[in-house]
Amino acid sequence: MSGSFSSSVAGRDIVALEGVTKRFPGIVANDSVDLSIRPGEVHVLLGENGAGKSTLIGMLSGLQQPDEGRILVDGKPTPITSPRHALALGIGTVFQHMMLVPTLTVAENLLLGGPWWQRPRTEELEARVAEITRRLGITVKLHAKVSELSLGEQQQVEILRAMVRNSRLLILDESTSMLTPKGIDELGALMRRLVEQGLAIVFITHKLKEAAAFGDRISVLKLGRKVGEIPPERFRALGEQAIISEIVELMFGKQKDDPEAVERPVRTVQAEAAPLLQVADLAVAPTDNAPGLSSISFDIRPGEILGIAGIDGNGQKQLAEALAGQRAATGGSVRLEGVAIEALSVGERRRRGLRYLTDDRLGEGTVGTFPVSINFFLKQVGAAPFWRHGVEQRGEIDERAAQLVREYDVRTPSLKTPVARLSGGNIQKVLLARELAEGAKVVIFNKPTYGLDLANTLASRQRIRDTAARGLAVLLISTDLEELLAMCDRLAVIANGALVGTVENTDDARTRIGRLMIGLAA
Amino acid sequence: MTGLFSEVFLSALLFGAVTAAIPLLLAGLGEQMSEKAGVLNIGIEGMMLAGAYLGFVGAFYSGSLWLGFLTGAAGGVAVAMIMALLCVRIGLNQIVIGIALTLGLEGLTALLHHFQFSRSYPRLPAADATIIPLLSDIPVIGPAFFKHHLIVYLAVALVFGMGYLYRRTQLGLNLQAAGDKPAALDVAGIDVIRTRTIAVLTTGALAGLGGAYLANVGAGLFIPFITNGAGFLGIVLAMLARGRPVWVLFGALLFGVCLSLTTAMQVAGINIPTDVIQMLPFLAVMIMLVLFGRRASLPAALGIPYERGAR
Ligand SMILES: Nc1ncnc2c1ncn2[C@@H]1O[C@H](COP(=O)(O)OP(=O)(O)O)[C@@H](O)[C@H]1O
Ligand SMILES: [Mg+2]
Repeated sequence: MSGSFSSSVAGRDIVALEGVTKRFPGIVANDSVDLSIRPGEVHVLLGENGAGKSTLIGMLSGLQQPDEGRILVDGKPTPITSPRHALALGIGTVFQHMMLVPTLTVAENLLLGGPWWQRPRTEELEARVAEITRRLGITVKLHAKVSELSLGEQQQVEILRAMVRNSRLLILDESTSMLTPKGIDELGALMRRLVEQGLAIVFITHKLKEAAAFGDRISVLKLGRKVGEIPPERFRALGEQAIISEIVELMFGKQKDDPEAVERPVRTVQAEAAPLLQVADLAVAPTDNAPGLSSISFDIRPGEILGIAGIDGNGQKQLAEALAGQRAATGGSVRLEGVAIEALSVGERRRRGLRYLTDDRLGEGTVGTFPVSINFFLKQVGAAPFWRHGVEQRGEIDERAAQLVREYDVRTPSLKTPVARLSGGNIQKVLLARELAEGAKVVIFNKPTYGLDLANTLASRQRIRDTAARGLAVLLISTDLEELLAMCDRLAVIANGALVGTVENTDDARTRIGRLMIGLAA
Repeated sequence: MTGLFSEVFLSALLFGAVTAAIPLLLAGLGEQMSEKAGVLNIGIEGMMLAGAYLGFVGAFYSGSLWLGFLTGAAGGVAVAMIMALLCVRIGLNQIVIGIALTLGLEGLTALLHHFQFSRSYPRLPAADATIIPLLSDIPVIGPAFFKHHLIVYLAVALVFGMGYLYRRTQLGLNLQAAGDKPAALDVAGIDVIRTRTIAVLTTGALAGLGGAYLANVGAGLFIPFITNGAGFLGIVLAMLARGRPVWVLFGALLFGVCLSLTTAMQVAGINIPTDVIQMLPFLAVMIMLVLFGRRASLPAALGIPYERGAR
């Protein structure tokens, strides 16, 4: 932005971000983001998990400070130093995670924040709440304990709290994730009434349909960068379908000059060969904190890479664990080279050639305090030639470990270094060496490049391609669509624990997958 | 045999129970405030010791019990400041620091006492009692409950003051939020660190006062390690009381009776080994824990340092 355009825009913004950057160790959560927030507008912030939406909100509500760039309030550069300061500026936030004290009543929660020497002004609050709830058309049980309310009711309390404090800007971070479809519609109507009264709203979601239904303006975030914006004029001019396809293009479209982009080498998958891995109707029961799986079916042939695309948390980890035998399946069959293995133990599946590279490299994949050398053989503890009669064979272990360190280019000070001291990329190499060792036939990779730097990402991808080239079957689970498109022969999309479609990796795969991922037919 | 159930014996027993209960009550009320705000204050034993030592020294040199209470409370606050700095502001482990403070203060007070008084244990004159008219004339109850030093009545009044603070004031809300959901308090615009610091310093003042009472009124002298676990009993009381000051009072009295019974039975020459008698208060702790411990609900964020924006 520059010149007269910038100043005229700033005049109408209540809050504007200019080139805001926020870094966390090892990650750029927001990369030079510009945003303008205006009264009378629902500004939708759209982006996948981890795109940096909540981080942006953290800076607007005084929880965090930007590393670079600035925030303008009413056109004036204003560092927002604390949550208290944000409230004083009229910025009210409904956070992604509930921010009510469950052991206090609704009224007490609304009163929180008053001067400590005062008695809570309950009567004043009641009058104010009565007026606001009437205007908004909601009802709130003031004297109920928060822990007794439903999630939807708690949310209304949080919105009410922002109103009681005279917010001019209301920020809602993923507020629909806990709501029923009816609750979502009600929230949409409520937002509309609020902007009509002159408020500005920032509405965060990763669901496209909500964005198109409730927004006046949409900004799309992707890996911390703002990749596009649809202003109100365009928004009104386009129909819902056109808006959705424009957003799909912004969210999943190809980035220019992407260093990770490589031509996908043409591989020859033996189409006639019998599949190495056959999965039919695999099902897993949901648990308290993980979705279940249902009707998962696919085949992978030798030399083939099948990708699993999807938004994180849709059952990817459950799928990998069910195949590896770490999670009990409630139905379906898994065949390795035509032999049913669904009843076998984790160890037996591994012996038969099914290997799993977890995404939890330090928690589940390695024992951080053990030396690099032992971590290579964790899954063979007790077995010859590395253990004999229960005794560790130092010589054998070190010799083979040294060989693997060379072969896989693990950068470690020594074989005795505790594996947790290595960088993420080198820990990944230890895992790769271990899982791809003798006898591997089918390998499951779960987010193999997540959190790695570029060099290690490229190295890991090459390793995976080589694996397939050796005639192994590869299942590649990733939330990085670019990665999948660059690597896979076919892609299946997982949503809510089910495979919702499979597409060949041809030129239009990108858009077809994008549409599947957000719940539209391919 | 008649001695055991005589009026005089019974009122002496109860009088002793109240005297023994007051330090526990003050420690328990103090610990309760810290815990409400989310800080597990294991250092409270050290704060009591600091209070006992400085309280004694203050009273010994000035000749005024009240000045002794003041220096005692100040001693507790001084230790609490270290705790607040390390555990609340910097966010170090509360259990480790608490134990370190207690051990440190045990050594330090014993050492200072040794330098000052060598191996002698000078005594303070007996504390004057504030005798409450009419009530103190009731048989048994009167001499047991209504002939104590003024500070005893103030400590009991504090129970109700605390109840009011927790249920009726903005600060009470803030304290509870700091312990149950500090992030919610922070985004409501109240500084969590400051709120918790206030709680920890208050704990220090109350624990220090309790220690000073223990030394100056309860014993009339200071000996090293005089608190003998009173702070830890205070922690148990606070945990069992589930945020209600009145329950701290009841619990403290119950422990007080046990402690007093220990002395009384020894005085009465009852033929039970003293080791068994001295176990009584701790047996009471066990029984209380078995009976009520499971229902004790602690603040969700107890023991977890708060850092804004961390995850
Ligand atoms: N306090 C923090 N410390 C370290 N990393 C963080 C922190 N907050 C967020 N991140 C990282 O920043 C990225 C963006 O996160 P977030 O803003 O929560 O995304 P979104 O809300 O869009 O899902 C993620 O990779 C996340 O792991
Ligand atoms: Mg978020």
